[in-house]
Amino acid sequence: MKILVCIKQVPGTTAVEVDEKTGTLKREGVESKMNLFDLYAIEQALILKKQYGGTVDVITMGPDQARAVLMEALYMGADRGILISDRALAGADVLATSYTLAQGIQWSGEYDLILCGKQTTDGDTAQVGPETAEFLGMEHVSNVLKVLKVEEGSLEVLENQENEVRRLQLPLPCLLTMEKDANTPRLPSYKRKLEMGDRGVEVISLKDFKDKDTSHYGANGSPTRVERIFPPEKNTARQMYEGEPKDLAASLGQLLKERKFI
Amino acid sequence: MGYLKIHQELVTKDVAEKMCGICPFDAISYEDNRLEIGAGCKLCRVCIKNGVPGVITYEEEKEEAIDKSLWKGIAVFAEQEAGSFHPVVYELLGKAGELAAVNHHPVYAVLAGCGLEPLAEELLHYGVDKVFCYDSEKLKEFLLLPYANALEDFITRVHPSVMMVGATVKGRSLAPRVAARFRTGLTADCTVLEMKENTDLVQIRPAFGGNIMAQIVTPNSRPQFCTVRYKVFAAAERRQEPCGEIVPMGLTETGYETKARLLEKREKPKEIDIAEAEVIVAVGRGIKSKNDLRLAEELAKALGAQLACTRPLIEAGWFDARRQIGLSGRTVKPKLIITLGISGSVQFVAGMKGADCIIAVNTDPHAGIFDTAHYGFVGDLYEVIPHVLEMIHAGRKGMERD
Repeated sequence: MKILVCIKQVPGTTAVEVDEKTGTLKREGVESKMNLFDLYAIEQALILKKQYGGTVDVITMGPDQARAVLMEALYMGADRGILISDRALAGADVLATSYTLAQGIQWSGEYDLILCGKQTTDGDTAQVGPETAEFLGMEHVSNVLKVLKVEEGSLEVLENQENEVRRLQLPLPCLLTMEKDANTPRLPSYKRKLEMGDRGVEVISLKDFKDKDTSHYGANGSPTRVERIFPPEKNTARQMYEGEPKDLAASLGQLLKERKFI
Repeated sequence: MGYLKIHQELVTKDVAEKMCGICPFDAISYEDNRLEIGAGCKLCRVCIKNGVPGVITYEEEKEEAIDKSLWKGIAVFAEQEAGSFHPVVYELLGKAGELAAVNHHPVYAVLAGCGLEPLAEELLHYGVDKVFCYDSEKLKEFLLLPYANALEDFITRVHPSVMMVGATVKGRSLAPRVAARFRTGLTADCTVLEMKENTDLVQIRPAFGGNIMAQIVTPNSRPQFCTVRYKVFAAAERRQEPCGEIVPMGLTETGYETKARLLEKREKPKEIDIAEAEVIVAVGRGIKSKNDLRLAEELAKALGAQLACTRPLIEAGWFDARRQIGLSGRTVKPKLIITLGISGSVQFVAGMKGADCIIAVNTDPHAGIFDTAHYGFVGDLYEVIPHVLEMIHAGRKGMERD
């Protein structure tokens, strides 16, 4: 079974601030790491590889630094990493990112199964997986708890809906986005790190794609525009109470009474 | 759109050093006396705003403008399961009415499923001008491709300017599929939506776990897709008199085709749902031991509240993960929330700032939670809460005696 996992390098913390003068993110000193949700997708892929044989490739899009998350996936047990890196991809929104990934995937090979994390911790949209599936012309299921079994030409998954869990059969190839805590991701293996060093990642760019039209990528291929970014609003209507615990309690009780909660 | 142009003739070593230093993404490099922009570029344009003037410029490229007057109406995907609407639908309709009023656009609802007549009629009580109804045995269960085909068919035939979808599990699967088909923009989890007179939808959404708000537009594509989470907007009021019309729609046979099969549907055990609670008592790291939770439990019981917590207490194993408020947990919008010993990380605050009344108790007067709280009590919960409980109990006893 040929499996591909889409992963992303994200800031190590979401505690980023907006520079109010320039309206851009302050990024100094912010470390990068693998998007947490992608770890569940990699683990699911490695479980399937063990059960059914085959290979696990990982793909990401980003600057050269993003190589680090591919290496991490390789040390976890993936076989091959693909880094899509090109300045022309700058400013890509969901649509352009998904299209780029689909092009990169088509360059990389034919897969039976594509796995993604449910969402990223920086963008939080959970949309890139489904849009990529659309561009690849395959079925997808989001919020997958578990891949139950793989058969000839199909697989069975558990899908986590709000009020129910659905068991679905899907044709192969297809794309799944994995739910948080779907499994316990393994740690990268030190032994593999020693063996592999920094080998195993191929870097591709727009010139490798079937569609080389720059108007489909990056900011040019993005229908949305970020007009501005700004820090979230703070509630200004506030009243502070300080003093003895007994007095505080009295004020609190009074407040609850006035508002008819007691 | 356009691209960044580097004017190499202005680049000296000093200039290059400055330019390399100001890029927040380390995407600018200087090699062999040439300044280069690498793949890390996010087109944030800080290098233009703050850099040495003229070294990097933004070159506009004209793209053909679409005719926005051909796209009219604010459409809502009226998600239903087994004959009842997801409650987010009423909230989307409420907002759709406001957006539509700006440019006198109609409000549309798109309904897909089986046996939809009562649902379609119900929608006419919520200010919908037209309900487009895909009613078929083959749409009885939500399967992605037939539903995506229905929504695509609606957009192709009706040309709405805006397509609103609930940010539910189904909506988050459906909206991106269809948005990709139209190669249009999709903005997830919008918290503010405003309509411009040129029919552009201003979409504001949190990113980076709610630490940043981004204002996004889709200036040259239609329809403008957005998803909205449950409990973000106020629900539309039900009107006594129905008005508007129901338009039956349908797909060709191939439109219903899918190789996906629903094998089994199991209801999840009735979940603890803090998202539905009207009153919440939330606890954080100010609670020193698991045993001390009794204090909070007692307060919750006295107020008829649900107990909730911050992430560290989930990690400590003190609570079921479903009781976590915050970006990695639930978003709540109760009438009252009392936070005890919670410092108020942005992730937590993002999950509860919509509450009507926020009361915070914390020992640290500089705790972030006090920026969000309507009423802040600087004090030790271990000292304050027992007194509050006494008062509540005394009050009850007093009432019983009367």
